[in-house]
Order: sequence, then C-alpha cells, then structure tokens
Amino acid sequence: MNKDSQGELWEVFVQKKSGQPFVHCGNLHAYDKEMALQNARDLYTRRGEGMSLWIVLSSSIVASSPEDAGSFFDPSNDKIYRHPTFYQIPDGIGHM
Amino acid sequence: METINLEDLFEAKLAKNEMIEPKDWMPENYRKHLIRQISQHAHSEIVGMLPEGNWITRAPSLRAKLILLAKVQDEGGHGLYLYTAAESLGITREEMLDALLTGKAKYSSIFNYPTLSWADVGAIGWLVDGAAIMNQVMLQRSSYGPYSRAMVRICKEESFHQRQGYEIMTQLSFGTSEQKEMAQDALNRWWYPTLMMFGPPDVESPNSENAIKWRIKRETNDQLRQRFINQTAVQVEFLGLVAPDKNLKWNEKKQGYDYSDPDWNEFKSVIKGNGICNKDRLLSRNNSHRNGEWVREAAIAYGKKQEQKQEQESKAA
Repeated sequence: MNKDSQGELWEVFVQKKSGQPFVHCGNLHAYDKEMALQNARDLYTRRGEGMSLWIVLSSSIVASSPEDAGSFFDPSNDKIYRHPTFYQIPDGIGHM
Repeated sequence: METINLEDLFEAKLAKNEMIEPKDWMPENYRKHLIRQISQHAHSEIVGMLPEGNWITRAPSLRAKLILLAKVQDEGGHGLYLYTAAESLGITREEMLDALLTGKAKYSSIFNYPTLSWADVGAIGWLVDGAAIMNQVMLQRSSYGPYSRAMVRICKEESFHQRQGYEIMTQLSFGTSEQKEMAQDALNRWWYPTLMMFGPPDVESPNSENAIKWRIKRETNDQLRQRFINQTAVQVEFLGLVAPDKNLKWNEKKQGYDYSDPDWNEFKSVIKGNGICNKDRLLSRNNSHRNGEWVREAAIAYGKKQEQKQEQESKAA
C-alpha cells in the first residue's frame, strides 16, 4: 500500500454568537488553510454551532506543560489582594 | 528536590475524578488501551457508513434520502473526531488507516451483518444507534479528556439517529401487513447482534477490568446491556412486534427484564472475520481508499502551490 499523507493537524475554534469568545471545539486534518476552514465548517458547524471560525496549525500552539503547573501558576495563589473580596467597603457609599 | 511519583499523581487525578490530558504523564498500558479502544471506535464509525450507505440510492422518498444522507455524514464526522482523539495519544492517522485496511484492526462486529431491506435501516437507527448511544453516554465521563469531549459532541449529534430509525420502524409496523412483516424480520435479525455490541459477558471480558479501574469506562458490559434491554423492550411492545427471545420477561424482583444471551460463539466467529460481510466491508474500504488516492495527491499538490504563492506574495509586499 502506498504511504499517503493525511495533511497537517489544525485546531478549530468556534464563536457561537457575535461578541462571545472563540472556544476550542476540536481538530482536523487539511492540506492548506482554505481546506482547513472548509473542513471545519463541514465538521463542526452543521447544526448552527457558530457563525465564525478560527483555525490554527496545531504545531503553532504554545502550551504550558502539565508537570510544571504547580510552580508555573504558583505566584498568583498568594496574591489575594488581586480579588475584590479582599477589601472592606464602608456602608452607605452605594454600589462599588 | 522532592521527587514526585508520576504514577501516584496519575492515580490521584483519577481518584479525584479529574481528566487526563494528552500531555499528562500516563501509564503505557493506559495509553495502549485508549489507542486500541478509540481507534476501534473510529473504525466502527467509518465502516458503519457502509451498511446504511447501501440504502441511500434506494431510500423510499426524498425526505428519507435526505435524512439518511445527513446521518451517514454524521458518522463520517464522528470517525474524524475519534481519529484525532486517538492521534493525541501518539499514533498517526496513517498507522490507524493502515491497520483498518489491512484487516489488523477491529471494528464493531455489528457492521458485518447485511442490510437486506429498508426496515434494516430503521432497525439500525433504533437498535444499533440506540446501543451505541447507551455506551457513548457513559463514555462522556471517560477519564481521557479528548475522548470524553469527542463523546459529548457525538452524543449531541447522535440523538436524532435513533429517533429517525424508530420513526421508520413505526411507519412500517403500523403500515400494511407486508410492511409489518419487514419490520418484524429486521427486528429478528438485528436483536441479538445488537446485544453483542456491549461486548462479552463481564466474566469473560478481558479488557473490562482495566477500563473500569482507569475510569475509561464507568459501567460494565452486562450493566449496559441490561439497561438497553429494559429501555428497548417497551419500544418493541409499542410497535406491536415481538423480540426473538421467549425468555424476555419483566422481573419484578430485579426491576429489569430477564433475557437470553446472544450466541457468543457467533460473536467470536464474526470478530475473527467470518461474519457475512467482513470481506465485503474490508474490500469496500480498500476500494474507496484506493479510488481516493488521486484526490489526496491533488490536495497535497494544491496545498504546496498555495504555500509557494503566499511566500512569493509576502516577498513582493
């Protein structure tokens, strides 16, 4: 049997409605950008799942590594003053 | 530096009901088990297009044809979701397709039975997709993230499959006596093969123990089979049909139906390649793969051309 390529792997992000964030919905194979876009439409939006798509080559994604999650995200845990609930607001000043 | 045992970390995640993601460390056997299960699942979706595809050109109305086309297109999409989920574990699409086309890989034994009449299309949607959904609803909570997410999408899309099948069965069962006979005949032939879809009995299932331990599966083959029968028996009755099992009876004590086991020797024989359609299915897949070769070649050439074009344009700019 001939060895055949199935194209590169692309990640697909769908925006459900205008104004909403683009959410990752899956991936697919395609040989170029345009085909990736068309395949994504056929594969992920057959039932009105979205009106806008972002496609990116999987190999272009930079991801944090799960093993380092502890130390990588640690610095934010002790900075509770970043959250509004850290502060006391006097009564009688209305909504803040 | 404190050394963390990766296996403990993995076990702890499972115990907390957390998902395992592609880049997480996982035991080699977990990875192997998933690759086998997910790629078999993907192959089943793709081969599953064949028995129904057989009826697209002969659907009895334009409405029925459109519905069947949409369903078969869904199955193709499900295959694609699952192939990429398996790829995230380190196997390539080419390796999986190669395993399917050379007959090394397995797929659900149900697709090695023929679709002889239009009623079979109804029975497949109702029974075969019904059984698949029961299994897939459970797999939505599978411990491997990409698999679980693919299952959520698949279940969402698949709910119409079972209903359209039952609609066909209803039309036939309440139609002429000839049509009702067709429906009964389809039920007779698909009942036991459908029960086989859940896999061998728990006591003889070689892969179940690990699958449960690793939370890849949440319920056993027998539990799922029982639930399917409980749900389906009522639907058989509504159609005025009779399941081909004299022992099918409500058991008040166990709050479920008693039933006869399918012929497990037949099951093993079909898996080994001796089903009615095994050879035919493999031949069809190989033919369509070979006939699609020029399309893949053209797509590669086109992709390369586009890339070159863009490079030139960005240089010129």
